[in-house]
Amino acid sequence: MNDERTLKIREIAKELLSKGEIAVFIGYGKGTHNGKARPIFVRTPEEADELIFDSTCSNNLVTYLKFPEVRDEGVVGIVVKGCDAKALVGLIRESQLMREQVRIVAVTCEGVVTDDGQLQLRCQYCDVANPTFYDFLVGSPVEDQKPRDFSGLLEKYETMSVEERWEFWQSQFEKCIRCYACRQACPLCYCTRCIVEKNQPQWIETSSHLRGNFAWNIIRAFHLAGRCAGCGACEDACPVDIPLMLLNYKLEKEIWDYFHYRVDLDPESVPPFTTFKTDDRGEFIL
Amino acid sequence: MSEADQGFEPHIVAFICNWCTYAGADLAGTSRMQYQPNVRVIRIPCTGRMDPLFVLKAFERGADGVLISGCHPGDCHYGEGNYHARRKFAIFRKLLEFVGIDLARIQFSWISAAEGGKWVSVIEDFTNRVRALGPYRAYQEISL
Repeated sequence: MNDERTLKIREIAKELLSKGEIAVFIGYGKGTHNGKARPIFVRTPEEADELIFDSTCSNNLVTYLKFPEVRDEGVVGIVVKGCDAKALVGLIRESQLMREQVRIVAVTCEGVVTDDGQLQLRCQYCDVANPTFYDFLVGSPVEDQKPRDFSGLLEKYETMSVEERWEFWQSQFEKCIRCYACRQACPLCYCTRCIVEKNQPQWIETSSHLRGNFAWNIIRAFHLAGRCAGCGACEDACPVDIPLMLLNYKLEKEIWDYFHYRVDLDPESVPPFTTFKTDDRGEFIL
Repeated sequence: MSEADQGFEPHIVAFICNWCTYAGADLAGTSRMQYQPNVRVIRIPCTGRMDPLFVLKAFERGADGVLISGCHPGDCHYGEGNYHARRKFAIFRKLLEFVGIDLARIQFSWISAAEGGKWVSVIEDFTNRVRALGPYRAYQEISL
């Protein structure tokens, strides 16, 4: 439990808080369920001793930064893993957050685990085990950078017939109870008025019915296309276990194939749907 | 196509841009060119206006096929709308394919104001293709 990262994070949080450089520090604390860490907000140097970091620190804390009530507290100190850092950079890239509003404590990460102790799916494709966007870096370098190659995972579905794929996804979307936990947990779903809440006209039906469920899940995924940090928060939050990351990975794969773009830790990189090339592929257009 | 679908006439929804394809379709009409009457035209200012939801909504409301057509690259009235549309739909159609939508029911084309003949042939080919596929029952069933 008390690995060096825990101690270092406490030290940094204490220093920032006592110097008054930050108003609040968002990190992980000991949880009450399955020994799993939970997010905590630390506002005094004394409370900083509650901070921990271990392989159960699965949540993406960056999600809190999308809420104005958190940003309004003042400068926020925050613990991020590589995947979370991608989301944080995404918020900066999209002008939702200014760099000086956060003090970033990045941790090197060998992967985090699910509730039953398995390595999270996203960690098997992690290319940011050693984050490069931070104010403080905690932990020793991790050697294992993995390729973001989802073909093995997606192949099973891509080789199905259209009918089989339809059946598979209908059986998944059928379960959706439209709680929008996927949206709430996502650090990049920050619209103050989501398309699903716009009802004049009602583009996406809101009742828990296949018609609206289908449209909702497709559009949620597509609104993250070229933006998704791959942090897995949506799938983790889903109470009915819809494999949302399959959709996100599929989009990431296609965007790489078409535009050679991948979400990274550079706030200046240009997302694929904000730009174009005159010679973009258009093989599907007559 | 089953026995019950004999005589089936598809509903094709065409989202076409005001400046090129709409004028091209108009040219086909004023030139008295003949084509199948299955297409329902919805005029949009630019293919850049196309929201992916338009496609889903068309299917929800019973379309058997969706056509999206606009200006050729470089000809966009607004300079770059069709370039953005090309990017957006290159990826969106891959997503639709992944969740089990039959891409044969979605067609994209660039048709200029001078290409009345191309409009006719695109509509003919697409209508014939969708007619052969039959009603889009899979989507209509979830839309009940």
